[in-house]
Amino acid sequence: MTMVSYEPFVTEDGRTIGGVLMEMRNITLRFGGVVAIKDISFDIREGEIRAIIGPNGAGKSSMLNVISGFYTPSEGEVWFEGQKRPPMRPYQVARQGIARTFQNIALFQGMSTLDNMMTGRITKMHSSLPAQALWWASAQREESEHREAVEKIVDFLEIQHIRKTPVGRLPYGLQKRVELGRALAAEPRLLLLDEPMAGMNVEEKEDMSRFILDVNDEFGTTIALIEHDMGVVMDLSDRVVVMDYGKKIGDGTPDEVRGNQEVIDAYLGVTHD
Amino acid sequence: MTPHSASPDELCSIPALLARNAQVFSDRPAYREKEFGIWQCWTWAEAADEIRAMAMGLLALGLQRGEYVAIIGRNRPAHYWSMVAVQMCGAVPVPLYQDAVAEEMAYVLDHCGARFVVCGDQEQVDKVIEVQDRIHHIEHVLYNDKRGMRKYDHTHLNWLKDIEEEGRAGHFRLGPELDRRIAELAWDSTCVMLYTSGTTGKPKGVVLSNRNIIETSRASVEFDKLGPDEEVLAYLPMAWVGDFIFSIGQAMYAGFCVNCPESPDTMMTDLREIGPTYFFAPPRIFETMLTNVMIRMEDAGDLKHGLFHHFMEFAKTTGETYGMPKLRKQQSTPTLRRRWRSIFRYAMGIGFAVETLVENAVRLFFIKLRHPVKARDHFSARGPIFNLYPQPLRDYFDYRTGDVLVYGPLKNTLGLSRIRVAYTAGEAIGPEIFDFYRSLGINLKQLYGQTEASVFITQQPNGEVRSDTVGVPSPGVEVKIAESGEVFYRSPGVFVEYYKNPESTASTKDAEGWVATGDAGFFEEGTGHLRIIDRAKDVGKMADGSLFAPKYVENKLKFYPDILEAVVFGNGREMCTAFINIDLSAVGNWAERNNIAYASYQELAGHPRVLETIQAHVEEVNLSVAEDPILSGCQIHRFLVLHKELDADDGELTRTRKVRRNVIAEKFGELVDALYDGSTSVYTETEVTYEDGRKGSIKATLEIRDAKVGDPQHKRQVAA
Repeated sequence: MTMVSYEPFVTEDGRTIGGVLMEMRNITLRFGGVVAIKDISFDIREGEIRAIIGPNGAGKSSMLNVISGFYTPSEGEVWFEGQKRPPMRPYQVARQGIARTFQNIALFQGMSTLDNMMTGRITKMHSSLPAQALWWASAQREESEHREAVEKIVDFLEIQHIRKTPVGRLPYGLQKRVELGRALAAEPRLLLLDEPMAGMNVEEKEDMSRFILDVNDEFGTTIALIEHDMGVVMDLSDRVVVMDYGKKIGDGTPDEVRGNQEVIDAYLGVTHD
Repeated sequence: MTPHSASPDELCSIPALLARNAQVFSDRPAYREKEFGIWQCWTWAEAADEIRAMAMGLLALGLQRGEYVAIIGRNRPAHYWSMVAVQMCGAVPVPLYQDAVAEEMAYVLDHCGARFVVCGDQEQVDKVIEVQDRIHHIEHVLYNDKRGMRKYDHTHLNWLKDIEEEGRAGHFRLGPELDRRIAELAWDSTCVMLYTSGTTGKPKGVVLSNRNIIETSRASVEFDKLGPDEEVLAYLPMAWVGDFIFSIGQAMYAGFCVNCPESPDTMMTDLREIGPTYFFAPPRIFETMLTNVMIRMEDAGDLKHGLFHHFMEFAKTTGETYGMPKLRKQQSTPTLRRRWRSIFRYAMGIGFAVETLVENAVRLFFIKLRHPVKARDHFSARGPIFNLYPQPLRDYFDYRTGDVLVYGPLKNTLGLSRIRVAYTAGEAIGPEIFDFYRSLGINLKQLYGQTEASVFITQQPNGEVRSDTVGVPSPGVEVKIAESGEVFYRSPGVFVEYYKNPESTASTKDAEGWVATGDAGFFEEGTGHLRIIDRAKDVGKMADGSLFAPKYVENKLKFYPDILEAVVFGNGREMCTAFINIDLSAVGNWAERNNIAYASYQELAGHPRVLETIQAHVEEVNLSVAEDPILSGCQIHRFLVLHKELDADDGELTRTRKVRRNVIAEKFGELVDALYDGSTSVYTETEVTYEDGRKGSIKATLEIRDAKVGDPQHKRQVAA
């Protein structure tokens, strides 16, 4: 494995990769006797697209849940922006600037696209509950500010035509896009995507890839994603972590990972004799 | 031709009209665009300021007089502004179809020799960059939407806003030069160059002068009494002459507001929000709207369903009389008399409502009692009971009731409640579709036009509207029919020339200024309305010498909602045959209601029950064609339903969605052969082009069906 330098550098296509944004140090996660994650360490650097891949049951989603604060690791430390993160509730993590999408879409089915995306702004709302209920001036002003931010994302994701449509009526690909929109509405520093292309057709995958690259490029958002489609992962990501049975078996650029014997074994299978 | 004359107000160019509007209508809305969910508005004064800044920016980049500047993008204010800004600099704007693939674009860019290209967004810039290695004269590319453009090499690439800033900064230096160039614009300087869609062969660049555009705009604005408070929605391709006339020519002349939709997908929502008063749409749009309404009515509850059908049936006969919007009249202050009249009208209305209620109560009582089983048939068959009101008054009040319950809400949903004048053109519109909108009280009319005529050749005046004619010659236009049946016209709007193509110019326009339309038609006896049969060159002879007019039959077929497109063959052959394209939304909905499962367009198109339905349509058309003594030879003997939708990306349709007959005949040659060799099915493989330019192929075995043919009427007469 190559040593990773911590100096900011500029990639071939002109993006700046900064210092370490998040670092996982010797994370172990146990559910009773089951060890989901075993002593894994890696880092996510500012401005990069970091992929976590692995076969089914490798512990990828658990890892994402550790990052998003849904699970507290049994052992090990999570460092965010140079500080050790104490055990936190997910909403506290969200406030720190980490937003996510889900493997199975978790939108409010009966609400419109716009309302769903407005919920992404919830961590940025300051006016009190009575102020919002009574629609005071401060709440109105705040609402229009947040609406403006959401509209910029609507424009960015090209979903103007479904602005007022209840999400439950939308096709799968668009729902995924709305979910990405909701995560973006939180203006995250770190965006976690749990299988953003699962169940999509080629065209939808292409669209989604373009949006992920554009988000990274236009907003400078750091992205960590889990994905099964190897083609997509290799094209999109700057660095890849490979997991298998809760262990890290590879870490590096897509090319390095592709040549790693352990990774090949994990994906193609080896004969156990 | 009219002798060279200066316009009375010296308003002989679009920039001059803009200057007038900025003065006269300074704080009235000129352009609106929905962005970030809100309608952004620019007044005439603001728009004039933006355009001037843009023009100075273009000067700073070195735009020369007489140059051609390509503009590629969807309808957005900035793109319209860039056209006017280009004109200010003495150059000529050339709008291109934005959905054209790079290959098609390359020809036009090469032909017009543009040094400057204004692009809407990254997609268009990419296409221009793709062709740049073949077309070396492109020097500057400007773009309007910044998205995704950050990483591009900006040595010859500029953001439109930056150019404007530069223009503003250098206004002391550039202003006088710009004013000089604006002052040079005259009646005969070129206003715009528009490329024809190219039904056959390569597109041709039609050069239109200021005289063409402004005279035509003036005549048509006066014809329909359009005023500065009109609202239009600009959603048709900018490269199409109609959009140029409506959104620039007429808008500038009359000073009305042009509204640009948020994105192509939101057109229907935006239409509803704006509620245009003046509207133009090709028949296809009206068809789609009607199909959607019908589909949704099928799913509606019994009450709504019943009300809708009852009142639509009623409106068929009365809509024309009671529904049409009032013509614009000078509004005076309300007089006492008028007030009394309105009170009287309300009283009559209330009386009518009471009568109707009582009448219905009486009917319910007697009819339900006597004929409990057949109450339904007896209910309306008896006619009015009390008959206190004369029939026209009953109809008037009934129509008003329908307006409140059905027509009004429906028009509102469609976004057509404020329409004063709507036009349709480009293709023939189905009589049922046309009558549907007319009976709702929408003043939908037909016009017949061409790029070469700056749109208007004939149009229908208010009160003389019918679905089967295209109206009388527009003001200032002379129309004649040649021996061959081809329609010729002469007008102030007649184009100057085809760019770099004197042979075509000469063969289209003669020395006296008469232009051949390429369409065959005739004037109807008595009314003086023009009727178009078909493209003159498509009109041919069958093997037995009878007339072959494919479009005539195709239009009849296309009037069925199930049929999206039809292509009829038969020139020089002994019988007519047809390719048919089903309409996925209409047939798909029908399939859903009838529990027919299908996985793809191809499977649905090949379903036996779909074929049966289509066969029934074809046979009905044959019957109606058989009634026409001249065209009875065009009945369809055999047909097949195509396995793919005809598409402009595959070159089968033009960008304005007209059928390219020759291309289709060539591409599906084996299918045409199969139609004539008597086989009952045929296997085929077709290449398709996806939207991103990649190619694939689809395979299918198509069933060929025979359709019953009616006896030609004239032969029957001979026999009898």
